[in-house]
Amino acid sequence: MSKRVLEILKSKFGDDIYETHSQFGDDTAVVNPQRWREIARFLRDDPQCAMNMFVDLTAVDYIGRQTPRFEVVLHLRSMERNQRIRLKARIGDDEANNVEIDSVVPVWKGANWFERECFDMFGVNFKGHPDLRRILMYPEFVGYPLRKDYPADKTQPLVELRNVPDKLPPFSTDEGMPFGRQTHDYPRGEETN
Amino acid sequence: MEPLDRDLEEGLLELPSEPMMLNMGPSHPAMHGTVRIVLELSGEVIQKADVQIGYLHRGFEKMCERGTWTQIFPYVDRCNYVSPMLNNVGFALAVEKMLGVTVPERCQYYRVALGELARICDHMICSGAMCMELGAFTPFLYFARAREIIWDIFEEETGARVTHSFGRVGGMANPPTKYFKDMVRAGVPRVLQLISEGEKLLLKNRIFLDRLEGVGVMSKEDALALGWTGVVLRASGVPYDVRRAHPYMVYDRMEFDVPVGTTGDNYDRFMCRQEEIRQTARIIEQALDQMPDEGPINIEDPRIVLPPKQDVYTTIEATIQHFKIVMEGIKVPAGECYSYTEAGNGELGFYLVSDGSGTPYRVRIRPPCFATTQGLEQLITGLMIPDVVPTFGSLNMIGGECDH
Repeated sequence: MSKRVLEILKSKFGDDIYETHSQFGDDTAVVNPQRWREIARFLRDDPQCAMNMFVDLTAVDYIGRQTPRFEVVLHLRSMERNQRIRLKARIGDDEANNVEIDSVVPVWKGANWFERECFDMFGVNFKGHPDLRRILMYPEFVGYPLRKDYPADKTQPLVELRNVPDKLPPFSTDEGMPFGRQTHDYPRGEETN
Repeated sequence: MEPLDRDLEEGLLELPSEPMMLNMGPSHPAMHGTVRIVLELSGEVIQKADVQIGYLHRGFEKMCERGTWTQIFPYVDRCNYVSPMLNNVGFALAVEKMLGVTVPERCQYYRVALGELARICDHMICSGAMCMELGAFTPFLYFARAREIIWDIFEEETGARVTHSFGRVGGMANPPTKYFKDMVRAGVPRVLQLISEGEKLLLKNRIFLDRLEGVGVMSKEDALALGWTGVVLRASGVPYDVRRAHPYMVYDRMEFDVPVGTTGDNYDRFMCRQEEIRQTARIIEQALDQMPDEGPINIEDPRIVLPPKQDVYTTIEATIQHFKIVMEGIKVPAGECYSYTEAGNGELGFYLVSDGSGTPYRVRIRPPCFATTQGLEQLITGLMIPDVVPTFGSLNMIGGECDH
């Protein structure tokens, strides 16, 4: 349906479009990660493409199967022309170095949370993202769970009470009603100030 | 008489205007789902909001990479637990797209009918929960009563009230029961009547209207750029419905209108949802009329669909076939595909990557409310604290789906 978009991309960016295919009817272009944002902006602004609707952004980890290990996958749709495209870029080596790509938040602001999720789950560093922090996992979490080398049954320790200024733990010795009988098992002499 | 404050300077009379931080959630009586919003307030006006999700994260995508394709159905059920049937059908369609098979016509109508029933449920829960959070408890009971009728039908058909796990790759778990059409034909008019009664309690209520109208306005362009889909997008004036724009199954044979809002405020979202329930009832009626009474439900492919239980116990071929599907899983051709359907709250997408084995290499779910919830921050900035409640309610955020 939107084969034409692939043709436009190829004629405009030439060698920076590494490969294209339309498997299962989904038009796909693998592009140069260096020109990721530029191509995205072109897709949005060009009247022939007019990809004004942001659909999805995610990543896939092809460890041991492909040399640039990660593939960032972006799905777009055009409201006026009723056409879709999938854009992919391959980044990172097997030790997960240089896993970074330009953020597309300046192009579609809807990419914000999707990129945060991608960072959270795969450790993809989006350059130029306004607020790149974990979204589904908690800040103390170590590692990136959706990478293929993260074991699915790994557990992580419980998080300590976060150090919030002016916040006391609930029911300390000098606050509220203590649980247990102080007269019997309260260790005298140690905690009295 | 002299003024009392004659000795004071003007500046001292003003109240201190430092911003105040307020934490809403993650467990809050007026917020369904587990979402935490950290608000920065000036007086009662929200200056900055930080919406934090993830409290219901269960590692859906990681779990999917461990089992067979069929074992994912119970997981997608639990992603959107108010309309699980739509998720079941959506995932089945995604795998069928990769396999290159189409289910028989009778099954398509059956899927449409069941899916649309689930959509009514979904919209009712959202509207009902929203009015309950605004203090209108009675309409919620009307909607819950109506939902009960639909759940009874589901229980009769699938054996479960909420998480059915009824979809299968290449068909459904069971054919429709003998009285399926009669049950739906008797049930849906009662549902619609209950909804109309519940609406009457709301739509002439001054308090309810005042808290919805003109609150939480989202423009067309912003909604598109944020990736909004479904009712929330249509309420902003974009007539995009996957069932209409990219018809799948038999939706191209159905006649229905796509309700579209004008301003994109809470009231439009509420009314679009209510109108869509009525359009959905129309679709169900047509699906039942066109659905054949006889014919197969599952495709005939021994590599995809489990053989009948009778044969498994009596013939060696069917036993082997059963064993291979259960132990090794359905072999899906290598490649990648993105399949999308209209779920209760928007476009539900599945991006699947297969390496040709019986286990998915990657299952990516594109939850519609993930994109919707990220717009909440923009919606509530500049509003007052009480406006957070109806605005959040009208977005139809489902925790399990949003947090994966």
